[in-house]
Amino acid sequence: MVTSRLLRPASRLLTPSRPFIAPIRSVLQPTASLPAIVNRRRYATPSGVKEVAVRDALNEALAEELESNEKVFVLGEEVAQYNGAYKVTKGLLDRFGEKRVIDSPITESGFAGLTVGAALAGLHPVCEFMTFNFAMQAIDQIINSAAKTHYMSGGIQPCNITFRGPNGFAAGVAAQHSQDYSSWYGSIPGLKVVAPWSSEDAKGLLKAAIKDPNPVVVLENELLYGTPFPMSEAAQRDDFVLPFGKAKIERAGKDLTIVTLSRCVGQALTAAEQMKRDYGVEAEVINLRSVKPMDVEAIVKSVKKTGHLMAVESGFPSFGVGAEILALTMEYAFDYLDAPAVRVTGAEVPTPYAQGLENMSFPSEDLIAKYGAKLLRV
Amino acid sequence: MSLGLSKPTSLLRNPSRVQILQRVSTRQTRWNSLSQRPGSDRVHFPGAVNSKFTTQLAFEHPSTHPAMPTYRVMDSDGVVVDESRKPSGISNEEIVTWYRNMLTVSIMDLIMFDAQRQGRLSFYMVSAGEEGIAIGSASALVPEDVIFCQYRETGVFQQRGFKLSDFMNQLFANCKDEGKGRNMPVHYGSGKLNIHTISSPLGTQIPQAAGAAYALKIQALQDPNMAPRVVACYFGEGAASEGDFHAALNIAATRSCPVVFICRNNGYAISTSTLEQYRGDGIASRGIGYGIDTIRVDGNDIFAVREVTKEARRMALEDGGKPVLVEAMSYRVSHHSTSDDSFAYRAKVEVEDWKRRDNPITRLRKWMQQQGMWDEEKEKEARSQIRKDVLKAFAEAEKEKRAPLRDIFSDVYEDLSEESKRQMKELGRLLDEYPEEYDVSGFEGGRKGLSEP
Repeated sequence: MVTSRLLRPASRLLTPSRPFIAPIRSVLQPTASLPAIVNRRRYATPSGVKEVAVRDALNEALAEELESNEKVFVLGEEVAQYNGAYKVTKGLLDRFGEKRVIDSPITESGFAGLTVGAALAGLHPVCEFMTFNFAMQAIDQIINSAAKTHYMSGGIQPCNITFRGPNGFAAGVAAQHSQDYSSWYGSIPGLKVVAPWSSEDAKGLLKAAIKDPNPVVVLENELLYGTPFPMSEAAQRDDFVLPFGKAKIERAGKDLTIVTLSRCVGQALTAAEQMKRDYGVEAEVINLRSVKPMDVEAIVKSVKKTGHLMAVESGFPSFGVGAEILALTMEYAFDYLDAPAVRVTGAEVPTPYAQGLENMSFPSEDLIAKYGAKLLRV
Repeated sequence: MSLGLSKPTSLLRNPSRVQILQRVSTRQTRWNSLSQRPGSDRVHFPGAVNSKFTTQLAFEHPSTHPAMPTYRVMDSDGVVVDESRKPSGISNEEIVTWYRNMLTVSIMDLIMFDAQRQGRLSFYMVSAGEEGIAIGSASALVPEDVIFCQYRETGVFQQRGFKLSDFMNQLFANCKDEGKGRNMPVHYGSGKLNIHTISSPLGTQIPQAAGAAYALKIQALQDPNMAPRVVACYFGEGAASEGDFHAALNIAATRSCPVVFICRNNGYAISTSTLEQYRGDGIASRGIGYGIDTIRVDGNDIFAVREVTKEARRMALEDGGKPVLVEAMSYRVSHHSTSDDSFAYRAKVEVEDWKRRDNPITRLRKWMQQQGMWDEEKEKEARSQIRKDVLKAFAEAEKEKRAPLRDIFSDVYEDLSEESKRQMKELGRLLDEYPEEYDVSGFEGGRKGLSEP
C-alpha cells in the first residue's frame, strides 16, 4: 500500500529527506495529544521578544539580504523613491542606492522578464509586484521562463529569483484587485510558493526565498502589513531563516485539525478559541507557511491525532489550496478520518465591491467556528 | 471571423464590397512583386523594402532627431498664435458648453476628493489639469463612435452626456448604477454612450480597442449603408510601457483598424516621472515605428485637441481604416488617486507653478474673455450653479437604495447557474422565515428584489 501511494505523483510533494511513514495506528484507537498549552502562541513577552509589524519584518529581511549578498537587488514599480506602494521597501533606496533598489516603468511583463533574465545571468533579484493581481500581466515570465528554464536547460541555468507582493483580497477594491493566486502558482512544478502569516513567517520565509537557488513566489497579504506580531530573539537575528515545506503548529489540539495559510491562520486561531469557549473542543491550527512544497507529513500527523480535518483559505473554492489539502489527506490519511473533511474557502463569485458582500465572500472567524462545530457534530 | 479575402468570388455580387476589399488588398500586396534587381542601389529584403545601401557605418541616434513638434492653436494666455488657424465653425454656445463641462469635472473632482477623505466613498481619482484633453477630444467624436477609457477621462463621460446623477450613482454604488455596484468608484461605463466600462488592470483596453475597431471595420464591410465609425482609446504615458500598448499598436497597424489612440502624457505615472518611464521622444515617436500616422498636441489647448482629434478621426476612416496616434501633453496637477500623496515625490511648488501658469480651463477662459463672451460674473455664476448641481446629485445618490438582492447572484454567467438559483431560493426562505433578523429595506424592492426580473 505504501509503495503504491508513493508512486502517485502527489507523493513527490513530500520532501525526500523525510520519507513517508506508513500509518500503523487503527482508526478506533484513541488519540493522544500534548496539552494545548505547550504549543499555544504566547503574547506575554519574555525578555528579548519584541513586537514587529509584518511590513517591518519584510523590510528587515530585504535589508539583511541586500546587505549580505551583493547579488541581491530589488526591482519593481514604486519600490525606490516612493518606498514601495505599501512601504515594504522603505529606506532601502537611501541605504543601498539606486543600483540595488530600482524603480521600474509600468511594465509587469517587462520588469518580470528583466529580473528573470538577471537571475538566469546569475544575479538574485527580488521582483516586487504592486499586487499579484497585476502579476497576471507577467505570468508567462514567471511560469514559462522562471519555473521551467532550469529543467529545460538541462540544469545548467539556475534561476534564483524571488517574486513577492501582496496577494488576495484587501478592502473595497473589487474583483480585479482581490484574487488569491496560491493555487495558481502552487500548481507549477519548478516554483516554490510560500504564504507568510506572522512577522516571523514573513522574515524567515522571505530570507529563505532570496537565498534559495530556485524561483520562489512569496504571497504576502496587504491586510497583514500593519499587524504587529511578537518576534523571538532568534528571529530578530540576521541569520534567521525558515525552511520550506515545513508547517507550524500555531495551536495544538486533539479534536480537529485546521490547516490554513496566510491571513486565515489568525482567523482560525480566533475561531479555535471560540470553539473552545462555546463547545469545549480543542482545535489544532496548522499554519502551512509553505504552499509548495506542502508539509503533508504535518497534516497527516495531526489528522492521526484528531480524526477531523478542515482546510481554511481565502481563494476560490474550485481547484484551490483547500481542495489540494483535502485530496492529500484523502490519499495519505483517509483511514484516520472520522468524518468527511471540509474546506472553508472564498465564495464562488468575482469578488464584490459592496462591503457587506465582500465580507461574506471570504471566511470569517464565525464561519470557521461554525463549520468546525458542524464537522465535529458538537 | 474571416475578412473573406480567400474567397473573392463570393463577394463579386456586391460591387461596393469588392471595391473596399480591393482598397484593403492594395495595402497588403507590397511584397508580391518583391525581388532584388541586379545593380539596384536599394535593398529589397521582405522586412525593409526600399532601404538604400550605404557604405557608411552610422547608427541612428535618437538624440540627433529633433523632438516631434507640439501642435497648438492658442498660447497659455489664450491668444491665438496663428490667425489663419483660429477656431472656426464652432458656435459660442458649444464653446461655453465645453468650458462648463471642464468646470463641472474640476468642481466634482474637488468635492468627491474631499468626500473620500471624509470616508463617504472608498476611492476617487481626479483629473485636474487634463480636462482639456478629455473634453476637447470627445467633442470631436460622434455619438456612434466607440470609446475605451483608462480611468482619468471623467471629461469624456461628461462631454458625451453622462449626467451628474450617473457619476454619483456609480460612485455611491447604488441601485441606479448601471454597473450594479460591482466596481470601484470611477470605473464608469455606459452602453448608451458607447463607452466600455473602465477596467483596472493597466493597458488592457489598448489591444481591446484595436479589436473593437477591427469589428467596426468588418461591420462596415458587411453593411455599407452604415455610417463609418471609429474607436477612440485613451491611456496614459505610463500605461504605454505595458506590453499591451506595443502589441495593440502593431496589430492595429497590420490589420488596418480604424482606431484613434489618444495618449494623455501627464508627466507622472503615480510617482514615476517620464524620465524614469521612457527614454525616447515621448509616446508619439513610437507611433512612427509602428507605421502609424502620429501627431503631438498641446493638451492644455482644447481647440488644438479637438481639431487634431477631428482630423485623426477622418484619417482613421481613410483607405478602409487605419490607426492614428495622438499624444496630448499636459501636467497631472492632481495626486494619482486618493491613495496617493504626490508631494512625497515632487515639489509642491512645481505643482502650484503648473496650476498657475498653464491650465486648460484658465486658458479657454482667457480666450473666451478676449472674445467678450465670458466675464467674472458669468464665471462666478457658473461655478456656483455647478457646485449646487453636484452637491444635489451627491445628496440624492447617497440616499438611494442599494441594488436589488437578486444582483448578489446575477451576471457571474449569462444565465443563473443551478447552484445560484438554489442559493437564491434558500436566501428567500430565510428572509421569509426570519423577517425580523434581516432588514432588507435598504435594497431596491426589498424582499421582492430577490425574485428573478
